[in-house]
Amino acid sequence: MKGWRPPAPFLLLLPAILVLAAVVIIPLILSLYSSFTPFRLTQPASLFTLIGFRNYVRILTDIEFWTAFGRTVLLLTVALNVEMLLGLGLAMLVEKATRGQRLLRTIMMFPMMFSPILVGFQFKFMFNDNIGLVNNALQSLGLTDQAIPWLIDGSLAFFAILVAEVWSSTSVFAILILAGLLAMPKEPIEAARVDGCTPWQTFRYVTWPFIMPFAYIAMTIRSLDVARAYDIVKIMTDGGPAKRTELLWTLISRTAYADARMGLANAMAYVAILLSILFTVYFFRKLSAARTQIAAEW
Amino acid sequence: MNDNAKARFNGFLLSIAHKIGLFLAMTIICLPGLWIVLASFRPTVEIMAKPPVWIPQELSFDAYVAMFSGVGQGGIPIIEYFRNSLIISVTSTAIALAIGMAGGYAFARFRFKAKSSIFLGLMLTRTVPGIALSLPLFFVYSKLGIIDTHFGLITAYVALNVPFTIWLIDGFFRQVPKDLAEAAQIDGCTRWQAFWQVEFPLAGPGIASAGIFAFLTSWNEFALASQLTRSVNSKTLPVGLLDYTSEFTIDWRGMCALAVIMIIPALVLTFIVQKHLVSGLTSGAVKG
Repeated sequence: MKGWRPPAPFLLLLPAILVLAAVVIIPLILSLYSSFTPFRLTQPASLFTLIGFRNYVRILTDIEFWTAFGRTVLLLTVALNVEMLLGLGLAMLVEKATRGQRLLRTIMMFPMMFSPILVGFQFKFMFNDNIGLVNNALQSLGLTDQAIPWLIDGSLAFFAILVAEVWSSTSVFAILILAGLLAMPKEPIEAARVDGCTPWQTFRYVTWPFIMPFAYIAMTIRSLDVARAYDIVKIMTDGGPAKRTELLWTLISRTAYADARMGLANAMAYVAILLSILFTVYFFRKLSAARTQIAAEW
Repeated sequence: MNDNAKARFNGFLLSIAHKIGLFLAMTIICLPGLWIVLASFRPTVEIMAKPPVWIPQELSFDAYVAMFSGVGQGGIPIIEYFRNSLIISVTSTAIALAIGMAGGYAFARFRFKAKSSIFLGLMLTRTVPGIALSLPLFFVYSKLGIIDTHFGLITAYVALNVPFTIWLIDGFFRQVPKDLAEAAQIDGCTRWQAFWQVEFPLAGPGIASAGIFAFLTSWNEFALASQLTRSVNSKTLPVGLLDYTSEFTIDWRGMCALAVIMIIPALVLTFIVQKHLVSGLTSGAVKG
């Protein structure tokens, strides 16, 4: 009579799986269900009426939803690319520094400590049309004599949000790419130089492939957390003015809590979740592809 | 000779450009934060002044005094918020670390079926946007009656932190050579003893930085906290920041002061972990 002993890794992973099931999976199943109902917080009974795909049909034909969706994807694409480029530049600047590298690295981590809500507030303060640092500086330098309505005009507000987002997350890229640059063996670079490569060629064919996986780690970490932009937008413009900076996430929270239409909001939330998962899976794939490539070459 | 001088001059120019570039980048990184700190010490009149006052004329701790003087005198229940934030962050970090250590160890030391898909699955639970998760959680929590309690937020934050903690700790355990623990087991340790006496101390600094990372995540979280808290019972600092905004006016100075209070613990902790954090995240990058 020997009892079945579960394998060790199963036991070790059990707590993690239990917690995630209780707090993430089960609520998500519930919200999947409620996305098929006309559930409103104010009418609890509406949770038990099934309406099929009507919520989904509704959001898929809703121009407001698609605008928010498009804006979210645009923001993410632009932000991730800009962060990647700036992070690469910053990492290379710091790597070249001969003295004070430790201090520079510490300063570089500075934005990482800011909670997104603080980043939002800080840039709301700086971009304030009346008392903000940006307008004050522009006016004092005589570049403009009117107050630029940074957070009031739709596309300027989008730009301001983009700046806040890029400021807060570039350091993730910079730090990881810098780690890649420092971990890189020096011989291939020297060999390339001896063989007569130009600096650009050295960078393109030697350095770049090596730091790729590090860049993808940064991308993956960022994509796990893209919805952080909600906090920034929430405090900077709250989707305003007149919904011109509405992102998917602010739209969800408005539909769910201000309009109390939970069922509809849950349907939207599922689209947002799919978007996040898509981003993450894409970068995970890239990450493992880059890893195998590195392993094969070095 | 001429070529030599030219090359040297070019090198000189390059190094100047490099220094200027570095300086500009660092200024852009630091400026917003420093501006907030400065604004928290300036009187409101000066912040609002038109044309702007660039050189601070008078600095004072008034904003901080007002903040701590309690509700009604221009303050907010800062002490309660701070306490809530601290209790929730510390507890959820401790639990997430315990769970993450078990999980990370499993990923680093065992081979099992569908390992990489389980790993990806765990990570995917982290990608669920906070606001999307808050909808069903809000409903479940209100049914269970744990809205506006520490317990509710702690549970949510544990789940939020577990995937990433597993990722980090997995990386740190991989850096500890397997042979060490095996040697200890040959010398008569049980696997349990080998873990605590050999592998845990070696991975210790890394685990600590995973802990600090989890702490910061909970400390800074807003999307869930803003929906799952209602009153001073459980409101955390990020939610408290919104106390300073009303429909049309914002107490800029007060918000700046609170921002400074929020950032200090994060600042200290990040400085402690910075080195280990990067090595944990990248450990798998090259060796696969």
